[in-house]
Amino acid sequence: MPSLKIENIHTDHIGSFSFEIKAGECVCLSGPSGVGKSLLLRALADLDPHQGQMMIDAQSSETMPASVWRKRVGLLPAQSAWWADKVADHFISANNIAYKQLGFSLEVENWSVDRLSSGEKQRLAILRLLSNQPEILLLDEPTANLDPESISKVEDLVKDYQQQHQAAVLWVSHDAKQVDRIADKHWQMSDAKNIQELPVCS
Amino acid sequence: MQLIELSAFDLAVAACLVVLLSLLSLKLQLGVSKQLLVAAVRTTVQLMLIGLILKTLFENVNLIYMGIIATVMILLAGREVMARQTHRYKGGWGFAMGTVSMFVSTFVVTLLALTLVIKTDPWYTPQYAIPLLGMMLGNTMTGIALGLERLTQAAREQKHNIEAQLMLSRTAAESISAIRRQAMRYGMIPIINAMAAAGIVSLPGMMTGQILAGSPPLEAVKYQILIMFLISAGTGFGTVSAVMLGSRRLFDKRDRLRLDRLVE
Repeated sequence: MPSLKIENIHTDHIGSFSFEIKAGECVCLSGPSGVGKSLLLRALADLDPHQGQMMIDAQSSETMPASVWRKRVGLLPAQSAWWADKVADHFISANNIAYKQLGFSLEVENWSVDRLSSGEKQRLAILRLLSNQPEILLLDEPTANLDPESISKVEDLVKDYQQQHQAAVLWVSHDAKQVDRIADKHWQMSDAKNIQELPVCS
Repeated sequence: MQLIELSAFDLAVAACLVVLLSLLSLKLQLGVSKQLLVAAVRTTVQLMLIGLILKTLFENVNLIYMGIIATVMILLAGREVMARQTHRYKGGWGFAMGTVSMFVSTFVVTLLALTLVIKTDPWYTPQYAIPLLGMMLGNTMTGIALGLERLTQAAREQKHNIEAQLMLSRTAAESISAIRRQAMRYGMIPIINAMAAAGIVSLPGMMTGQILAGSPPLEAVKYQILIMFLISAGTGFGTVSAVMLGSRRLFDKRDRLRLDRLVE
């Protein structure tokens, strides 16, 4: 079972933090904007230089190539980036992609990225990440700016994935109601150095 | 065919033209009249000096002297590559990568030309070695500077695209490959254009000089073709090598994009 274990992670801007997210568990992270939540997620995906240990199932990130670590620890940034012309070119692995579940037809693969709305980009970015079959999900406000219907579709999709793969999920959210809906645990990042656990009312 | 020697008076006539131009730009308030005169004086002094150095070198054919002058030339070219970058690499890396790439490509190509093509005796005969090396360095320098500039600019502009690919488990090399190809192409375009236009749009400077100095046109043309080929090989290999090294340096050993390694 893939759990994410963090020991004394710190960068020039945040930390140090130690915590564990267990397999099949969804942890919601909230906190004032600019406090360093995104920086924490970047450090966990090994995108920023940092000190400390990160482990999946007692396997340290240092023991595997960075690309393997990032395949296992999938980060969804707040802003998705699209580097090629067609949607399909952005899917690195083509494992049963749940286009339908997020309201797309299969034809979306042939669409040009230019014609996507920001909401479509956001939903496709989630599908793109899940197609990599990560064991740990780091989601940076995945439903910000989506309409209510899309929000619940995304929540369902992530929940399904989490249960099916026993994935550990770290979900950054500012929406208290959303936290109530999805979180097994609720963490509050009050400043760059502190994370407290809050009660969840489920 | 014989060499028509230029007297000081001949050069003075040409200098008058520059002075005239300077007066005209003063009248038109272009603000370049002083710069123009300073540049004209610099060109005179610098070329006279290099003429003296070449004269001494030609009279004393010596491998050590050649080695010294070649080293100085390549270091100056390396400095120039770095000076031309908008966002150069911190801590001398730009200088090192530019210099190493130039050293590898220009020295190999020049050596090849001297020993296998022109077959001078000894191979380091300054009359051939210095002009060849100078021309190679001048062009390779431009290619490397353009390639590195394109690479670092594009990496900065497309930071999010590169990192999005990293997040989706692509390696550093895969994530930068499109930008890297573009940068290599960018560095090679000037020399490809120069070859394509040679003789139609422009008469290359070296060939023109040779013809003015009295060489038969067909001999001058053959040398020019040789030079073009050598320059494109040197520029191409040098650019490829510099962009490879440069793109590697943009990432650390954990495949993180490290734009903090560039000067803001």
